[in-house]
Amino acid sequence: MRERMMNINEQSKWYELTLGAEIYEPATSREVKTGEWRVLTPVFHNEQCKQCLLCVPFCPDVSIPVEDGVRLETDLDHCKGCGICAKVCSFGAITMEEV
Amino acid sequence: MKRDRMSGNEAVAFAMKQIDPDVMGAFPITPSTEIPQYYSKYIADGEVHTEFVAVESEHSAMSTCIGASAAGARAITATSSAGLAYMWELLYVAASSRLPITMAVVNRALTGPININNDHSDSMGCRDAGWIQIYAENNQEVYDNYIQAMPIAEHCRLPIMICQDGFITSHAVENIELLEDEQVRAFVGDYEPDHYLLKKGEPLAVGPYGISAYYMEIKKAQAEAMKDSRRRIYEVADAFAKMSGRRYGMIEEYMMDDAEFAVVLIGSSAGTAKAAARQLRDAGVKAGVVKVRVFRPFPWEELQSALSGVRAVAVMDKSEGFSGWGGPLFAETRAAMYDVCEAQRPLMMSFVYGLGGRDVTISTFDEIYGDLARTAEAGKVENIYRHVGVRGDEEGIQG
Amino acid sequence: MGNTVEIRWHGRGGQGAKTACLLLADAAFSSGKQVQGFPEYGPERMGAPITAYNRICDGGAENSVHSNIYNPDFVIVVDETLLRSVDVTSGLSEEGAIIVNSRKSPEEVRQQLHGYKGKVCTVDAGTISRETLGRNIPNTPMLAAAVEVSKVIDKDRFLEDMEGSLRHKFASKPQVVEGNMRALRMSMTQLKVG
Repeated sequence: MRERMMNINEQSKWYELTLGAEIYEPATSREVKTGEWRVLTPVFHNEQCKQCLLCVPFCPDVSIPVEDGVRLETDLDHCKGCGICAKVCSFGAITMEEV
Repeated sequence: MKRDRMSGNEAVAFAMKQIDPDVMGAFPITPSTEIPQYYSKYIADGEVHTEFVAVESEHSAMSTCIGASAAGARAITATSSAGLAYMWELLYVAASSRLPITMAVVNRALTGPININNDHSDSMGCRDAGWIQIYAENNQEVYDNYIQAMPIAEHCRLPIMICQDGFITSHAVENIELLEDEQVRAFVGDYEPDHYLLKKGEPLAVGPYGISAYYMEIKKAQAEAMKDSRRRIYEVADAFAKMSGRRYGMIEEYMMDDAEFAVVLIGSSAGTAKAAARQLRDAGVKAGVVKVRVFRPFPWEELQSALSGVRAVAVMDKSEGFSGWGGPLFAETRAAMYDVCEAQRPLMMSFVYGLGGRDVTISTFDEIYGDLARTAEAGKVENIYRHVGVRGDEEGIQG
Repeated sequence: MGNTVEIRWHGRGGQGAKTACLLLADAAFSSGKQVQGFPEYGPERMGAPITAYNRICDGGAENSVHSNIYNPDFVIVVDETLLRSVDVTSGLSEEGAIIVNSRKSPEEVRQQLHGYKGKVCTVDAGTISRETLGRNIPNTPMLAAAVEVSKVIDKDRFLEDMEGSLRHKFASKPQVVEGNMRALRMSMTQLKVG
């Protein structure tokens, strides 16, 4: 019985679940769009950003992607809007706004 | 088949050696200590390839088994009493994660007051943890049960306890017939789980959070697996009988064909009860014994069939459930008999006996059968819940 | 239970009563019997009184009883000082016998046995073991005395089996084998029956 996690939901019957609730694929938390929980949204001001990358390790939801040493736009599918990134940014490059 | 003599602990360690599982996580506690002790020697002598993980507690012993089993290994442990109690929360993790771990339990009283001798309070205490539980009367049975354990557990994906009575069988040397190594290896087979953490190319997560929307479905699946395990227990017993000539079931009925009076019990004292029944049969009393071999899943159908039409039944518990009206074996056996039509339904009483190593002899059983005969004659149960061999207990059974 | 022979051993923790009990079970097993050998366990320490039991019957018979032994056919006392504190003849069959490790005569020992009417045997296992093994290990001579008196197994077969297992166990120490065999034989011949 090998079910993809996305085929299991709160309507699944007991015999449609995996044995022992095992999950047979990696990184399934990507599928859970916690960004829906957000009230305030971090708005990124690229021109202010010094690429110090301090916001990256502070983000509790690993929602600030980095490529080639440069931070990209916040992953809003998963950002819960906690505001920590804005708080730790010394350059005013992130502001929390109602969007 | 090789004729030999050994203690119950040696017999279990020897069965383990013949199986040669992948991982053993264990911590010593009387009276099960000898099992990892004997097994460590097999490892040191290079007779097995098992990885022995010497942990600092039973909590870690079971955690080791859970990790190893999830990784895809055949994992075993052994424990008793407080050690089993210390595993408690992990027992549920193993069962709900459907990890077929095999645990040798050498039954010993739980502390309060501290005591090292036999009763069933340890494994009865965790009877609802979702583990299959099989009990043995003697050394031969604990050896045979151990060899059947993995074919049952791995098929059902449920963990299993193979229980024997501390000291009474674990430290007693008795005759035993051992199977050949090749027979055992062929019977138990290799462990090839479908999914495991170390499987290349299949990332796997084990033990996720189960929110309310899923928790009951997971429990239902466990419950169904436990119900289905009965069929597998019989299948394995059939195959074992073909190999060894020794047949096992969920229960053993001894002189029950025409029995008017029966005792129902678990473990080593069943042998003493059988000797008492043999003597009483010689004296013309229709005495019988029902030994419960498998307690989880509970053999309610087998008990219904064995006890229907018997006039009076003593259900004997080697653990005090403190329910206020009898031990756990009594409660479940009596519940099983509820559906039997009134004419066939026996009078039933609970006897709590043998706690903390309190000895029971043939004469104890003589007293109990005598009491059953008096109860049957009176046509009603005077006192449903009694104790055996307690000083100053006028309503109990002495002798 | 008919032909079942039940034996109770009394000793002190560390004197080898349990080992002797298990050796007797081994020897009886080798001669084709159904055996049980089991000690009674508690929080024992070196020197504390301990009890061990044998239940031996013919091969093929049902030996299913799992209780201690209260009416033994034979009692073996590995340490004489136990006579002061333990009721060693409790439940002992008068058709049977008690064997005590003692320099005393059976008559003298009988006076300490609270009116026991059955057979009383003594053997000076301490002296025998010191002479043959160089140490006070009374359990080997007491094992031989148990076989001699109880006749639960054939004497010659017993000596043969013991020699075989000792040779196996002490392959590199032939003098140990010889000492043990002398201890067994001396005990059988020096046993006093009263």
